[in-house]
Amino acid sequence: MTTMTDPAATPRTGHAYLDVIDLSVAFPTEDGTVQAVNKVSFSLERDKTLAIVGESGSGKSVTSQAIMGLINRKAASISGQVWLDDVDLITASDDEIRRRRGDQMAMIFQDPLSSLHPYYSVSKQLVEAIRVHQDVSKSDARRQAIEMLDRVGIPAPDKRVDDFPHQLSGGMRQRVMIAMALVNSPDLLIADEPTTALDVTVQAQILELIKDLQREFHTAVVIITHDLGVVAEVADEVVVMYGGQVVERAGIDELYAAPQMPYTLGLLASVPRMDRTGNERLEPIPGAPPSLINLPAGCVFRPRCTFHDQVPDDRCHRERPDLLAAPTPEHMVRCFLSAEQRIEAAAVRLGRRPTGEAQP
Amino acid sequence: MFGYIVRRVLAMFAMLLVLSFVVFSMFAVLPADPARLTCGKGCTPAIIEANRHRLGLDQPFMTQYARFLIGIPCGRIYPTQGPVWQCPRTNSSLQPKQGEFLCPANPVCLGYSFRKGENVTTLLKEAMPVTFALAVGGVILWLIVGLSIGILAALRRGRWQDRTAMSIALFGYSFPSFFIALILLYIFVLKLGWLPYPSYVPFSQNPKQWTETFILPWVSLAILYAAFYARLTRNQMLETLGEDFIRTARAKGLPERTVIYRHALRAGISPVVTSVGLDFAALLGGAIIVEQVFTLPGIGKLALDSTLEADLSIITATVLLAAFFVIIANLIVDLLYAYLDPRVVLV
Repeated sequence: MTTMTDPAATPRTGHAYLDVIDLSVAFPTEDGTVQAVNKVSFSLERDKTLAIVGESGSGKSVTSQAIMGLINRKAASISGQVWLDDVDLITASDDEIRRRRGDQMAMIFQDPLSSLHPYYSVSKQLVEAIRVHQDVSKSDARRQAIEMLDRVGIPAPDKRVDDFPHQLSGGMRQRVMIAMALVNSPDLLIADEPTTALDVTVQAQILELIKDLQREFHTAVVIITHDLGVVAEVADEVVVMYGGQVVERAGIDELYAAPQMPYTLGLLASVPRMDRTGNERLEPIPGAPPSLINLPAGCVFRPRCTFHDQVPDDRCHRERPDLLAAPTPEHMVRCFLSAEQRIEAAAVRLGRRPTGEAQP
Repeated sequence: MFGYIVRRVLAMFAMLLVLSFVVFSMFAVLPADPARLTCGKGCTPAIIEANRHRLGLDQPFMTQYARFLIGIPCGRIYPTQGPVWQCPRTNSSLQPKQGEFLCPANPVCLGYSFRKGENVTTLLKEAMPVTFALAVGGVILWLIVGLSIGILAALRRGRWQDRTAMSIALFGYSFPSFFIALILLYIFVLKLGWLPYPSYVPFSQNPKQWTETFILPWVSLAILYAAFYARLTRNQMLETLGEDFIRTARAKGLPERTVIYRHALRAGISPVVTSVGLDFAALLGGAIIVEQVFTLPGIGKLALDSTLEADLSIITATVLLAAFFVIIANLIVDLLYAYLDPRVVLV
């Protein structure tokens, strides 16, 4: 699946359903240019789920919005390629992207309360989503909407359809969001922190629902999250982002079994685990994410990396590491540490050797 | 909903009652002798005393106030011997005799202006259509102009259209209304001669002259208020355009027009509705300056003239009328708000 490498001006060589190649997004501001996304590449087939993981400000949300064409092109400079099936969304016209949005590709947002229009009923919002892409009557669209609400597990959908968003619970609202995203059977679904605003019990239901619907519609799913628990639940492949760059990319089992990049190790170490014994503390990553205006020279993660002094000649300070395959061809890492040093780092950070059949 | 309206209307009457008492007592504590003000230069001590009796000003304050209140639904006969507990309107035997004045309670008796020799209700009835026409025309004009400029500025945020529109708005917003009115008069009546000098006639008498008379007053109001509304609409639009549900609307693939007019405008319009309601009500209470400059015989001019002449019955009536409009407008705005925003529940 992950066939792309990092060097500049990479041609499209893969034939995946979604191919993101060297996607960069920069926002000019008064304080300088914010390099929100920096040459991000990944691919995704239908029926598969890709998780983009990172802290706030890592560029994961901007990446997804750039794919959806939701970044104002006048306010940002966007480069690279985003192939959806056979169309490059970066060079396509606004209208062409708009016609695919909500139809061929759809998106679910983090906070369902603020993401649904407060003044319109569920019915109105769903019918609108259907009728913008399908030539059906209002009553047919309403029937479809009720059917879809039923499918996402909303009880008494023929009654709830006339509710307003504020009359629904958080979980119900997110189900409505999912119904709205899926009414036109999109081939690509992007879920931006779909469970962050929800109760833990509802989170699992929503993830299960997304998986069920994926199986039914053969959807390619991109899930954006900072929650590695969510990743373990749904993802086939993981892209770890930091400072607008991809720092590690691997299949889900590979990533949990043999994490390579110190930032990934930090993320894994800061997840609470049931199998840990005694008074072991969670280990947060020291420091804060970098400002995207003044990225540090060299490795973007170096200021927070506890292992950078193991690399000789202060290389982490001077040079930016490339995203290279290691230790397997499908596993890409942006780090100067040697293979042995990474194994050692994992042992220090996670208390285990990254070779066994470890579970997240 | 019905209970809510009933409660609000009751509260409105309570508020008007309190207000009427406050306005009424202000005149009791004023240093001027209201009886003296009824006759001007021709005053002699005998006339003053006669008028004091005719107005009931020789009665204790609470008696005067009670007569005023009872007179509103019942009507009054001047001069009155003691409080009138019987309604002249409903009792045909109570007819004014020689030297007496009937203030009919049809619909309400708000007092009698001895200065003008006319029932206050009649004066208000004559002035109301003028003020109403002025306010309605002004609102329509400034809403069209203000909303379009505001939306345009929001969509072209930071570009020359936005900056130009907002500079002009600041300009219109900063000038006092009498200045704008006078400038308009000077340009369009005196210099260009496109319009005759405004002179009010009822619409039924001469529709052309009526329209010509109102054009400049409407434009004056529109310039003043459109500036405010353009800024308000622009800020509201910018705020809602940044909302998550606007991003959702775009993510659904809706055309930009739908996103802006059906989603953003719909959510941003509520404060504009509130402002329109209150501004319109305030205008119905009298657009004093605009009416004065264009010599429109409306409520505002009536209020101003009566204040200059210290005609207490008219002042009381116009203050209560203005308050009545503001309170009613508040109620209507609240009801509209509940209609516009389904999250608002009236309890």
